Amino acid sequence: MRIASVDAEAEAVGLRVGMPLADARAQIGALAVVPHDPVLDQDWLDRLAQGCARYSPLVALDAPDGLILDIAGAEHLYGGEADLVRDVEMRLARLGMTLRHALGPTADAARALARYQTRPAPDEAQAIRRLPVAALELESEATTALVRAGLKTIGDLASRPMANIAARFGADAAMALRRLLGDAPSPLDPRIALPPVVAERRFAEPLGSTAHATKVLAELVGEAMEELGERGKGGRHFRATFFRSDGLARSIAIETGHPSRDTGLAMRLFAERMDSLADPLDPGFGFDMIRLAVPRLEALGATQLKLEGGAVRAANEGAAMDELADRLTTRLGRGRVRRLRPADTHIPEQAQLELPAIDAPVPLPWQAPEPGEPPTRPFHLFDPPQPIEVIAEVPDGPPHHFRWRRATHAIRRYEGPERIAAEWWRRRDNGGLTRDYYRVEDAQGRRFWLFRHGLYDEKPDPRWYIHGVFA
Amino acid sequence: MMCESSPILAGLRKRIARLTVNGGFESRRADGWLASGHARFDAAIGGGLMIGRTHEFFAADALDATSAAAFAALIALRTPGKAPLIWLRTSDAGKRTGHIYAPGIAELGGDPDRLLLVETADPKMLLACANDAIRCAGSAAVIVESWGKFPLLDLTAGRRLTLGARNAGTTLLMLRLNAVPAPSVAETRWSVAAAASHALEANAPGAPAFDLELLRWRGGAAPARWRLDWNHDEKAFGPNADEAALSGPLLPLPAHRAMASHGAAAA
Repeated sequence: MRIASVDAEAEAVGLRVGMPLADARAQIGALAVVPHDPVLDQDWLDRLAQGCARYSPLVALDAPDGLILDIAGAEHLYGGEADLVRDVEMRLARLGMTLRHALGPTADAARALARYQTRPAPDEAQAIRRLPVAALELESEATTALVRAGLKTIGDLASRPMANIAARFGADAAMALRRLLGDAPSPLDPRIALPPVVAERRFAEPLGSTAHATKVLAELVGEAMEELGERGKGGRHFRATFFRSDGLARSIAIETGHPSRDTGLAMRLFAERMDSLADPLDPGFGFDMIRLAVPRLEALGATQLKLEGGAVRAANEGAAMDELADRLTTRLGRGRVRRLRPADTHIPEQAQLELPAIDAPVPLPWQAPEPGEPPTRPFHLFDPPQPIEVIAEVPDGPPHHFRWRRATHAIRRYEGPERIAAEWWRRRDNGGLTRDYYRVEDAQGRRFWLFRHGLYDEKPDPRWYIHGVFA
Repeated sequence: MMCESSPILAGLRKRIARLTVNGGFESRRADGWLASGHARFDAAIGGGLMIGRTHEFFAADALDATSAAAFAALIALRTPGKAPLIWLRTSDAGKRTGHIYAPGIAELGGDPDRLLLVETADPKMLLACANDAIRCAGSAAVIVESWGKFPLLDLTAGRRLTLGARNAGTTLLMLRLNAVPAPSVAETRWSVAAAASHALEANAPGAPAFDLELLRWRGGAAPARWRLDWNHDEKAFGPNADEAALSGPLLPLPAHRAMASHGAAAA
């Protein structure tokens, strides 16, 4: 039995990796030994990687004891590279881990610097050139051959023609060198977050009909719902993937506005989605695998049935309404079923947001009406405003007549102007035209919202627009 | 032979009796009304717009679309509680009559959080979604907005919608913009136009005013005309301020008010 790993204290007293355990025991009497378990190590590395997802979504495992993070564009969130590294060190130290890190222009360079750098260097390029040839991680014969040839550092090797290296030490050596120098791509294989609940079924004989596939999907949904129930969760997003035997796959996703564990509801939404597909689900030569993933979970407690029977949920009608919104969203698309929310701006056309109802946007308070005053905002708003022809006093008088959609309206009553300036802080030229809004009523009693786009000292001939119609 | 057929006849009679008592289309008692808040107006139409039925609102002119929409929305949003108002329209409606503007609804005293807007690509999908929406209990009302002729909404489709509304206890408010009134199964049919508002100081336009004409009412006499003002402080319709001096809410029908002006100013 040999030593697989030692801690700093053991290293200080002369124990080394690879030493026979019997020798180590002979040197140190009170030696604490733990059997080496590579699987547990891998699990632990996995959990660390999961934790490191806080720094960047692209986290790759460098087994058995390394992690590669692509922090490009993410370092500023921690105040720079140095602060990010300090944060990683601090968190890992809390877990009892010692960290040896390096930052590099490519994943391979960073990895080599972290593992093989021994001497300080003025910059990254120099540091890479000063690395020992062992950093190429070739087979031991190749490394020995390089050293015997007098090529001890990456810099020595890089100064030779690449063709000679390939001819003498093999294409692998040339490729590894190019990767290290950043001449060849060193792709990262990030650990992608798996959906928390997955149910899948493989078939020895492919399923030839969509009806069968739907039946299997219902079973899978049932299984997934059971698992969700055990976890006290409900799904917000379900994705069914139908893998065809010819290698193609088709994904169908549904969403619910509230976490759900209702198999019937999910299947109704799936049926709705399949009905509204522009090109229907085609089994081709048959489906040989169906997978159901639930990528998005939310807490959903168990519901209690009433003793006397009856409604399961107190807000049963609310539930029916949620299901209607889900169903219509599934049929029409996310953006087609909406709720209105206020936005904090005085520009009229930006003062309301139309958000997908399925995202269950949080209600925000609306501006309360002034008691006793008529409404100052229209019921219907034109976006963009529609140009009109207006006869009005120059420079800033109210309109007298206006022509819109081939009809002339004589204005009998008006109120205004309400002056709304542009949001200069949002514009690069600090400009934008001021709008003068008028509430007007024509001879037939219809009320409109008109504005002049620009003051006369802003623009020589400002245009008029109709922006809305009042009730 | 008589002996054999009489039980069959008796059975049939029983079935008919059961139908007329429970499921009869005309005989079912209404669950309530969407009231306007104006006592005389509500009393004249038997309490308000009956819940569980279809009510049609025609804009007297294409330019009166906003008045018709606002009247339907306000009478639904005046109901207390948080029950949503489902509003279905086609995606070209925003360009034609304008986008539904929540700050304006809030200033009218309505709660825009209750609105659930559904936008469909074409009238066919509009009808399909309306059938789903109307069968979902718990809404304050379902507004279905259409523009121009709606050939898909024939008597069968209308009856299907009305049956759905009756069974679920929801109210269907059909907003027929730029359309000519035609026979349908609606409980009430209205023509809505904007009315001149009561002028405020400095000749400013006042509170929203509506010119309503009841074209048809299953429960009684039609037509009749009203002119109502909306009071957003009390969240209720009231008598028109300019007509308070006149004898009553019922006005004589003017001769010029024909339904022929449709589309005159349509885009």
